[in-house]
Amino acid sequence: MRFVDEYRDAAKARALAGEIARLSDPSRQYRFMEVCGGHTHTIYQHGLEDYLPENITLVHGPGCPVCVIPMGRVDDAIHIASRPDVILTSFGDMLRVPGGMGSFLDAKAAGADIRMVYSPLDALAIARAEPRRRVVFLAIGFETTAPSTAVTVRRAAEEGVTNFSVFCNHVTIIPGIKAILDSPDLRLDGFIGPGHVSTVIGCRPYEFIPRDYRKPLVVAGFEPLDILQSVYLLLRQLAEGRCEVENQYARVVPWEGNPAALRAVGEVMALRPYFEWRGLGFISHSALRMREEYAAHDAERIFEVPGVRVADPKACQCGEVLKGVLKPWECKVFGTACTPETPIGTCMVSSEGACAAYYHFGRFTRERVRVTEAVR
Amino acid sequence: MTEQEVLDRIERARARRPRVREERITLAHGAGGKATQNLIEALFLAAFPDPALAPLEDAATVEVDGARLALTTDSYVVSPLFFPGGCIGDLAVNGTVNDLAVAGARPRYLAAGFILEEGFPVADLTRIAGAMSAAAAAAGVRLVTGDTKVVPRGHGDGCYITTTGVGELDPAVRLGIATARPGDAVLVSGPIGEHGVTVMLARGDLDIAADLVSDTAPLHELTAALLGSGATVRAMRDATRGGVATVLNEVAKAAGVAVVLEEEAVPVRPAVRGAAELLGIDPLYIACEGRLVAVVDGADQERALAALWEHPLGRDAAVVGRVVAEPPGMVLLRTGFGGTRVVDVLVGDPLPRIC
Repeated sequence: MRFVDEYRDAAKARALAGEIARLSDPSRQYRFMEVCGGHTHTIYQHGLEDYLPENITLVHGPGCPVCVIPMGRVDDAIHIASRPDVILTSFGDMLRVPGGMGSFLDAKAAGADIRMVYSPLDALAIARAEPRRRVVFLAIGFETTAPSTAVTVRRAAEEGVTNFSVFCNHVTIIPGIKAILDSPDLRLDGFIGPGHVSTVIGCRPYEFIPRDYRKPLVVAGFEPLDILQSVYLLLRQLAEGRCEVENQYARVVPWEGNPAALRAVGEVMALRPYFEWRGLGFISHSALRMREEYAAHDAERIFEVPGVRVADPKACQCGEVLKGVLKPWECKVFGTACTPETPIGTCMVSSEGACAAYYHFGRFTRERVRVTEAVR
Repeated sequence: MTEQEVLDRIERARARRPRVREERITLAHGAGGKATQNLIEALFLAAFPDPALAPLEDAATVEVDGARLALTTDSYVVSPLFFPGGCIGDLAVNGTVNDLAVAGARPRYLAAGFILEEGFPVADLTRIAGAMSAAAAAAGVRLVTGDTKVVPRGHGDGCYITTTGVGELDPAVRLGIATARPGDAVLVSGPIGEHGVTVMLARGDLDIAADLVSDTAPLHELTAALLGSGATVRAMRDATRGGVATVLNEVAKAAGVAVVLEEEAVPVRPAVRGAAELLGIDPLYIACEGRLVAVVDGADQERALAALWEHPLGRDAAVVGRVVAEPPGMVLLRTGFGGTRVVDVLVGDPLPRIC
């Protein structure tokens, strides 16, 4: 398949793995965080760690939209969905996220009208088709998905689709990364920067990371060779004593981002003073709400939302996993009490969550040594 | 704890007796993945303790006056009812014929139950019945009894069909997924995932167009050819709900072996790969309705392949993997990229109501 196979070429991967092995200093440990859950998924889906020497560890970061939604917001959304006049719509992954009172699927089985959509525009289409119902789109995601929500809201306003609203849970990536950089137990040597978020925000917002925190960052694509090459670029920066933002994903990510998308988001949404991230706690200016001008489409204003804060289950260590302090399997409930069928924490729900990716794809003893020895 | 100790603890947790934790049935219970397994093992097996049911094969083996028969039943709730390459009628016949065929039986008789919704067009029912008749003729089975119920508007989705089939078992044939052993080869009879993707696209909510038709087809001739080839066949399955990945997980679990798949060897048409890539779904989990998965003695793989290649439905048959001893109960995939990963039983349904 064109534009896919060339980024999954095993021969090129072996060559890159050789370069990585050559460039890495066997006497030291490297810990690189891939911020984005899409990268985590790719890494496990293709068995990419088989190409890395033992002293390079990929740490899975918080960039999984589903993983960072706190339980209180899930309960709020289920509360809205439980109204008989409401159709709640969201992406498939979100529907399995557990709240304090069960997941959306449980609420659906109990009678709530909850539907999976692939795009907010699908939700708008439902609203047009069912004018007597109130259609709420449960919006999640980073800057990657915020523009499509914004454009949909704008369209709903233009067309006068008054029964369509958004329960806005969009978050912004930079404060999340900053929270990790400021966490006292941080031990990272560099970042594999998010690719899709960067198509919108560009590369400039990351410049404070090498400048203020002395950590290199490489914005990376989502195919396995992209990630392997990004590891190589990070190692090369470290070996050459450089520390900067590099763009490996230039075929998609413009340095300046996508101004039109940013404008659309800015027109419809504004920063919240603070927002709770699952496991990471409250982070200031880290999420988006709907602007007053679009109050008619803001589910938080239309419906009474309890807004209760639900503490994470005690056993759940999602926060440590999201910060990269714990590997998924180091969590006390990983794979036993917390599994993809009965998740306790959000990291076990989405295919982009570190725990789910490891559970589905990585649950066996790796033979990393042999593979990397072979290319040395 | 070390990583390996955690993994061992997880395997012990996975081996525990399944329980149905949910208070209500969710769609996941019908998805063919872990929730379905739990429901069957914890609720139905407990209610119906019977040695013929216990192996949970696609068809049960029963004896009547010394004659060995295969008995199976299946319900069809596909949406939409008509899709490129077939309709619910073809599926209802072929699906049940295939469950008998992969048990090693010669399909003989079918029963059909219809649950119709008030207001359903008679013209559509006529088309469905016609398709069933044609499919039965092609499969050499006779549809000899049936039942019809009508539910009020809003209590069904047009038409649901349940078919039950009886087949004759050759006394010499002994198949079972628990008999797979290290060294065996795993074969599929053709490109995978076409039915699931076709139905998904036919629903029209994805706005993706692809030149694909369902692979629905009766497999009885193909299974007979394989059994007649002289190859030692351990087990056969049709890769329906949950796809090839689910079938092979059942094999690995039942036989206490591992299955190692080669991603590059698995036949997948570009349109299926493209759609799966866009939707973020692994073709290994997408349902087929006319594809055979067979486990044969490794020494006989060429003979088995040759027999499959002879038949039009098996022209693209391929060896896709091998049975090994370790780690027991697991399916691993060597990716085209050159890494290795687990291929687990699916949680949740990526493509609901495709059969």
